[in-house]
Amino acid sequence: MKVSMTVNGKSVSRDVEPRTLLVHFIREDLALTGTNVGCDTSSCGACTVLINGESVKSCTTLAVQADGADVMTIEGMANEDGTLHPIQKAFQENHGLQCGFCTPGMVMASYSLIKENDHLDEKAVREGLEGNLCRCTGYHNIVKSVLAAASEMGA
Amino acid sequence: MYPASFNYLRASSVREAISMIGDNEDAKFIAGGHSLVPLMKLRLATPSTLIDIGRLSELSYVREDGGQIAIGALTRHRDLEISPVLNAKAPIIAKVAGQVGDPSVRHKGTIGGSIAHGDGASDLPAAALALDAVFVAEGPSGRREIKSTDFHKGFLETALEPNEVLVEIRIPSNIKSWSFQKFNRRAQDWAIVGVAAVKNGSTRVALINMGSIPLRAAGTESAIQSGASLKEAASQADLGLDPPGDLNATVEFRRHLARVLVGRALEELD
Repeated sequence: MKVSMTVNGKSVSRDVEPRTLLVHFIREDLALTGTNVGCDTSSCGACTVLINGESVKSCTTLAVQADGADVMTIEGMANEDGTLHPIQKAFQENHGLQCGFCTPGMVMASYSLIKENDHLDEKAVREGLEGNLCRCTGYHNIVKSVLAAASEMGA
Repeated sequence: MYPASFNYLRASSVREAISMIGDNEDAKFIAGGHSLVPLMKLRLATPSTLIDIGRLSELSYVREDGGQIAIGALTRHRDLEISPVLNAKAPIIAKVAGQVGDPSVRHKGTIGGSIAHGDGASDLPAAALALDAVFVAEGPSGRREIKSTDFHKGFLETALEPNEVLVEIRIPSNIKSWSFQKFNRRAQDWAIVGVAAVKNGSTRVALINMGSIPLRAAGTESAIQSGASLKEAASQADLGLDPPGDLNATVEFRRHLARVLVGRALEELD
């Protein structure tokens, strides 16, 4: 079945089996491997991407469900000139990553969280990221990073 | 993990979805897919055809209708959570929806999907039961109403016919006295046991994960009706029930949790 969508601002179109998961479409068909597969059961959030601006777990979404959608992955966050998105910059400056495996999902989930909340405090960030697991247990600096990004982005 | 192969059809109206499914009992409707896709990935569900109703935006709404609130079956958990109508008139649904899964799950999952999936461990079906909700199903011969108390038939089995789409959930308005208790060990987990209680004329208490379907705490409800104290009523929460035992909780622990959580819920009611 043919699916077409916008990924990181570019139109893409591929023939896929209906059972293709969005995360595999992104990683294998589009060769965008920043989005990770962690638990593969919608618990860990490593596969989080944005669909029409909202965080979604791409391991639990069929590519055909995202047909026609506007998808954003971690590769689409920085500017073309390489300038990092404020969230990426905040993770870098606050040491918000250790091994880095959860980071793409953390950044995408944070984007959605910041956009949906006018005022974020530590509790709201911890609750808002409950669907994203860091197995290095580096939550302290992740929360710090998200709060820094939120204040930079005016939330 | 890939699901097994299936045919995929996308419906542009409820009527088209019903005609697409026809008499194919092996086909399934899919909305947000956050209950069905995990089962398909584990090959616990292997539908031959998926009929995608996820784009029927006409089934996404929350509105006051007479003295009731009508909720479109495709309203997502996120939209329930922030709905001004629900937060003002039936906050229990907004609060329960706001604790389903995590924010990314709530961007996809729908109230109709959760109810039609029919899992006794889900929160929203129990909240609907405590509200004495009515479910509206549409099939080839039109619409019919199903009481929430008649809806759940067994584990992942409901009163819906294979060719019926759940289109609307109707609940009473002006719910002022309610409580939702969810016990779990980790954020985003399913409730090990949960309780949704509503006092609106009579007191109705529904239990999550105390059986294969969402259940009413009949022992507690009849104790309240006969004038028992809240403590006595709570002690009857697991009466006549046969809760599951699993890695999270033994049968005895679940019974204990039900009594404790129902006690807390009753104390929160006015």
